Amino acid sequence: MTTSAAVQTTTNRLTFAAIEAGQGLNAALKQPPADALRQVAFSGLRGRGGAGFSTSLKWELAAKSAGERKYVVCNADEGEPGTFKDRVILADFADLVFEGMTIGAWVIGAAHGIVYLRAEYTYLRPHLEAVLQRRRDAGLLGSAVAGQNGFAFDIAIRMGSGAYVCGEETALIESLEGQRGEPRNRPPFPIDTGFLGNPTIVNNVETFAWVTCILAKGADWFKGLGTEKSTGHKLFSVSGDCARPGVYELPMGITVAELLEEVGGEAAKAVQIGGAAGQCVPAARFDRTIAYEDIPTGGSVIVLGPQRDLLRMSRNFLEFFLEESCGQCTPCREGIPKLLEGVELLQNGRCSMTYLEELCGLGETMQQASKCGLGQSAPNALLSIVEHFQDEILGRVVAKRPPARRERTA
Amino acid sequence: MDKELQPIGSETRAPASQRSRTAELLKHAKALGKEIDVSIDGNSVTVPLGTTILEAARELRIHIPTLCFHEDLCLAGVCRICMVEIEGQRTLQSACSYPITAPIRVSTHTAKVRRARRHVLDLLLASHHGECYICTRNGHCELQALAAEYGVDLFRFGRADRPRYAIDASSHAVVRDMNKCILCRRCVRTCIDLQEVGVLEALHRGQHTKVGTFMDKPLADVVCINCGQCINRCPTGALRANDLTDEVWEAIDDPAKHVVIQTAPSPRAGIGECFGLEPGRPLTFQMNTALRRCGFDRVFDTNFAADLTIIEEGVELLLRLQRAIVERDPAAVLPQFTSCSPGWVKYLEHFFPDYLPHLSTAKSPQQMFGALIKTYYARTNRLDPKNIVTVALMPCSAKKFECNRPEMCASGFKDIDYGLTTRELAKMIREAGIDLPKLEKSDFDNPFGTATGSGVIFGATGGVMEAALRTVLELVTGQKIENFFAHADIVPLRGFEGARYAEVPITKVGPVPALVRHLFPDWNWLRGATLKVGVCHGTANAKRVMEDIRDGGRFSHCHFIEFMACPGGCLGGGGQPTPTSPAIRAARAKAIYSEDHAYSVRKSHENPAILRVYEQFLAAGPCGHESHELLHTAYTRRGKYIA
Amino acid sequence: MLLTERERLREELLQLIGQIGRDRSALLPLLQEVQRKYCHISEYCMQVIADLLDIHPVEVHSVVSFYSFLDERPQGQFVIRLCRTATCDMAGKDHVARQLRNDLRIGFGQTTPDGKFSLDWANCLGMCDQGPAMLVNERIFTRVTPEKVHGILAECRQMFGAHATSSPKERQI
Repeated sequence: MTTSAAVQTTTNRLTFAAIEAGQGLNAALKQPPADALRQVAFSGLRGRGGAGFSTSLKWELAAKSAGERKYVVCNADEGEPGTFKDRVILADFADLVFEGMTIGAWVIGAAHGIVYLRAEYTYLRPHLEAVLQRRRDAGLLGSAVAGQNGFAFDIAIRMGSGAYVCGEETALIESLEGQRGEPRNRPPFPIDTGFLGNPTIVNNVETFAWVTCILAKGADWFKGLGTEKSTGHKLFSVSGDCARPGVYELPMGITVAELLEEVGGEAAKAVQIGGAAGQCVPAARFDRTIAYEDIPTGGSVIVLGPQRDLLRMSRNFLEFFLEESCGQCTPCREGIPKLLEGVELLQNGRCSMTYLEELCGLGETMQQASKCGLGQSAPNALLSIVEHFQDEILGRVVAKRPPARRERTA
Repeated sequence: MDKELQPIGSETRAPASQRSRTAELLKHAKALGKEIDVSIDGNSVTVPLGTTILEAARELRIHIPTLCFHEDLCLAGVCRICMVEIEGQRTLQSACSYPITAPIRVSTHTAKVRRARRHVLDLLLASHHGECYICTRNGHCELQALAAEYGVDLFRFGRADRPRYAIDASSHAVVRDMNKCILCRRCVRTCIDLQEVGVLEALHRGQHTKVGTFMDKPLADVVCINCGQCINRCPTGALRANDLTDEVWEAIDDPAKHVVIQTAPSPRAGIGECFGLEPGRPLTFQMNTALRRCGFDRVFDTNFAADLTIIEEGVELLLRLQRAIVERDPAAVLPQFTSCSPGWVKYLEHFFPDYLPHLSTAKSPQQMFGALIKTYYARTNRLDPKNIVTVALMPCSAKKFECNRPEMCASGFKDIDYGLTTRELAKMIREAGIDLPKLEKSDFDNPFGTATGSGVIFGATGGVMEAALRTVLELVTGQKIENFFAHADIVPLRGFEGARYAEVPITKVGPVPALVRHLFPDWNWLRGATLKVGVCHGTANAKRVMEDIRDGGRFSHCHFIEFMACPGGCLGGGGQPTPTSPAIRAARAKAIYSEDHAYSVRKSHENPAILRVYEQFLAAGPCGHESHELLHTAYTRRGKYIA
Repeated sequence: MLLTERERLREELLQLIGQIGRDRSALLPLLQEVQRKYCHISEYCMQVIADLLDIHPVEVHSVVSFYSFLDERPQGQFVIRLCRTATCDMAGKDHVARQLRNDLRIGFGQTTPDGKFSLDWANCLGMCDQGPAMLVNERIFTRVTPEKVHGILAECRQMFGAHATSSPKERQI
């Protein structure tokens, strides 16, 4: 167990700690961009932010996309409740992130990199600027990266201003362009129409760090870890009712039970995986695996002890979304308050079965019809609680009362 | 004759979040002629690459409901009512924003789609506060129509039982009731992208999102130009014109009041739409009958005043030209801008106040007419102007503001007491139990009955310029305009390009007509000159032209430029019937130009009634001291900063 | 008086724009800088920024109102943001909140009359393993207890005299 210097977060042994700055980049620059891309492709790396899109495919499309200016954007707008691994990576392994961005720039042919850092992490900025300067001084950023003539690349840090939705890549780009952080219609995707209309790759902090490791240690090594469809290791942010909360590097495909054992959370009655946007897994299903093919996640694991009130948690999450929805599309803007009202009714034992079913239907519509991932995932927590903890919830449902349609929040 | 055309800035600047990048990107693909097969509800169609699902469906005559989508505006994709299911995709996609780039199979009414649409409607209705039967949009509200289409018969998720926002009725022109707003943001896109005035934008986020003004100030205190384009595009009753019909009825019902109405050309071309007729069916003379039946004492034709405006504005132009060319006075301000569009005037006052001296001092036809009615007409008919109520039927919401400008009371009384929109008059006519389309025809009242075709075409973009050229060219050359342009139709000035530019060389000059002989000894100084004119409509295009002038571009060399605040000119005004679209505006324009042809006198300076007014009343002639007092005005430097 | 203050502000914004850029994408960095210096973005400031960037004031207002770290109204010298999200909630943020309210005598979303403190909620500060977490301006405090609140506030009050970056007068603009 080690402790992050900048912030007192416990971690297990991290691969990142064993990689030296420059290792991955030098390996990448020794080969043509296409070969470096092939390595990333072979490793099977998928986006570590949670959506799990193939990193190499994103990069390949951006590389092929016509455009003189291209951008590499690092999404450091970590805001999912229960996630803090990016903070640890940025504090302790910023070099790996910047190096991953540089490799990305090499692959797609970009000269500009931007780190979009959330406002809540402003205290990390001086450190990150220092690391960037050190890299510039060492020739790892600048007009000829690592002495490679014709490969110019530098990274600027741009701050967020407190908006969770900016973690959505098109909202992030909007924010970079000086707009409200409202997600765009997709297609077109950022890989052809991104920042200022230019091809742009947006990847998570952890994804970039893994790219550096893959180039440094070889794609075979990475592919050998995890499962077939979810290769490699993943960082998990573990919090809640467990003995050892912190950041854990664990192989993809690990079961929930195994993870709980590692962190000392065996007594949990449920685990919320994926943060507010994720799902609540009951103890009976702790045999499920954390992998893109089963439970996909950006790494947020909130352990819920036997005493926890799940409705309170789901209400907390909905209040979170109520604040953080961009308010652009109808299902999300108008749906979240309705779900929240529903949870309040449930808490007061004044929600009928019929209305609960109605709300679940609405939740499904939100999953299908919202414009971006925020609205699509906002109902997840509630729906999974309703599915798995019927008894706990139904205990408070009054079966015969008519649907309380006229209830309003204060 | 050189008739060069230069459309500029027909594409407006849109905020990135609302810009259709896809469309921009795929324009290339479309231009390349690449095509793709798409299947919608089992019907196949081949469309150019990048066509949206909505466009493809329309080609197949498959109806997909829309709310935030509007033909005039850039994409939003926010209401989600147009969702469709694409085979193989987990989530539903909005048809209006989804460009087809691969052969896809689309279903427009699966169970999933139907449920989602119902939910979207239920959610919108749950937060939409207001009763349909006490709403100005009752019967032609897009939300109401959708609720009917989907058979909504209960408030599934409750309903707003109290208003969240106070109604903003501060403006003379536009009333905002945000309790009825469904946040489709058409008004935002209209105000920022289409008009580039930038008064309305979404504020806050999440459930607190609302459309608001800068610092949430009342509309009267911000840079709103009252163009009312937002009203025309609002799908619900959240935006409406400040309706004064009750006060007009009151005046009509008061036997002591002599209520006079003047009607502008555009409402005649549009009012039929309020009575179920297809766009482009003018009802000028049926409307005269209806107005008399409503109880108006006199029905006058605004075109008369339009002719007067042409004379005053045209002579003002010639005076400015004389000052510049003959006297070589560097202080002569050119180009001269038209001043008949009150939205444009306020736009200039706010955004380019340094250019106010360019604005013709001539009042708009509406105000000129009002001033004449309360003076000339009152005197000749032995009426006390304080008992005259002047009503103006206009296609315009900004006219409501204009008639309330404090400087607009040359006679000591308000030139115009009430401005009515086309929609409001339709309401009055319905209220009076009149079936307008079936009414017999009747003519305008004298002494202002006679008007010319030139007045009529004021309603379409380019019309003022065309009318002015007809008069100015004939005054100067002494030749019939028909010698230069077949049927006196100055076709290069017509159409819907954002901005147009034309040059008219004056090769020979004629004798100075009696009307203006006291002002110009001869026209020799104009021989060999080339008259350069410009036309633009919509304030976004006006902004382009103004920037071009500021930067010394080709429009800075113009002598005369027509500006209209509304896209399409007055026929697309903020007081016209809803909905609006390019096709509807084109139909109205066609109606207006065909009416022009029907007139026997089509040039303002040939209007005998005008000549009589100059003879009997404005004895010092055009731009003389009487007309300066009554028919000309001054402007206010407003600037764009708000205290 | 007011006029010269405004002219000075305009000069300052012009200088900032010179450093950051004049296109729309410079808007957020500009606003962040103004927010940092003046603890809010005033009505006049928004108009000047809009003018210089050639956008509409309402667009600037729209952006300011969207982001929770940008304010239209003057905020305190110390903006305290207590995390209210799931794990901090589980770790007892309610107790900390009560203590803050009592000590500062203001509610969440309010500023003390002396302009020293503003109290607000935050949505996940990324300190879920060490909740309850609290941000005071840019500084993060973890495992906050009601007892610790007192010390943190005392430290702020002490700093206020010595290290204040701007006087309350400046915040008025």
